[in-house]
Amino acid sequence: MAQRFMGVADARDVVAFVAGSIFGSGLLVSGMIDTKKVQGWLDFFGDWDPTLAFVLGGAVLPMFFVWRFAERRGKAFLGAPIPDRTPPKLDRNLVVGSLMFGAGWGLAGLCPGPALASFALGGWGGALFFLAMVSGMVAAPAVRDRLLTRRPA
Amino acid sequence: MIGGAAALYLLMNGRIMGASGILGGLVDGTGRDAMVERLAFLFGAMAVPPLLVPLYDRVDTQITSNAVVIIAAGLLVGVGTRLANGCTSGHGVCGISRLAPRGLASTALYLLGGAVAVLVFRHMLGVI
Repeated sequence: MAQRFMGVADARDVVAFVAGSIFGSGLLVSGMIDTKKVQGWLDFFGDWDPTLAFVLGGAVLPMFFVWRFAERRGKAFLGAPIPDRTPPKLDRNLVVGSLMFGAGWGLAGLCPGPALASFALGGWGGALFFLAMVSGMVAAPAVRDRLLTRRPA
Repeated sequence: MIGGAAALYLLMNGRIMGASGILGGLVDGTGRDAMVERLAFLFGAMAVPPLLVPLYDRVDTQITSNAVVIIAAGLLVGVGTRLANGCTSGHGVCGISRLAPRGLASTALYLLGGAVAVLVFRHMLGVI
């Protein structure tokens, strides 16, 4: 399709690299890679630190307008369609998965983005977390099958 | 910056910027169609932040040194985000801003899960 840079990457890949770089840098700058700060944000029942809510809000607010523009346009600038809305179905995978993810996030203070951004900064602990997370991702389809075959409670 | 990155990825590539989806699709083989795009995003997110460290007095993730906690947490995050099909960036940033019911529900649930984990393991058991 599009013109290729250095034989392997096209314009989409270059955009992906730039977006990933800005994303990771934003996570570093905003304190999202500081596990104690994240746990302080999740500590609603203790010494709650609300500052990370502004990081989420600061990302959600511009994206609200970007979505409206993108959905009206229907197409991205490099030609791909804007992804359809997922049917608003609350299934067991979403509920169980979100709760599991939240529990892990609270336990270690890292979610997937910051785990990427701090991979080279978090010492052996960060690397171990990353390995465990990738293992979990590889194992997820098997877990999903088990969840689906079990009868509803 | 996080919103800007999400906007760029959506407006140029037509993709939802979700860290767990981009990484997960690569490692479980479901995302073969966009391998290089995924790798490029991940490479940016992993390799560029360390370059900013000299600008700061101190960059410390303060991660626990308890290996059991780290492994358990990593597994939970890995399995959970793939079951739920998203994490803080996909469901949180991109889902909430689209007013997507699944993104809103997921965010409420993982915040609840995180709050309970901190309550139990910090305040009751004192492990973290």
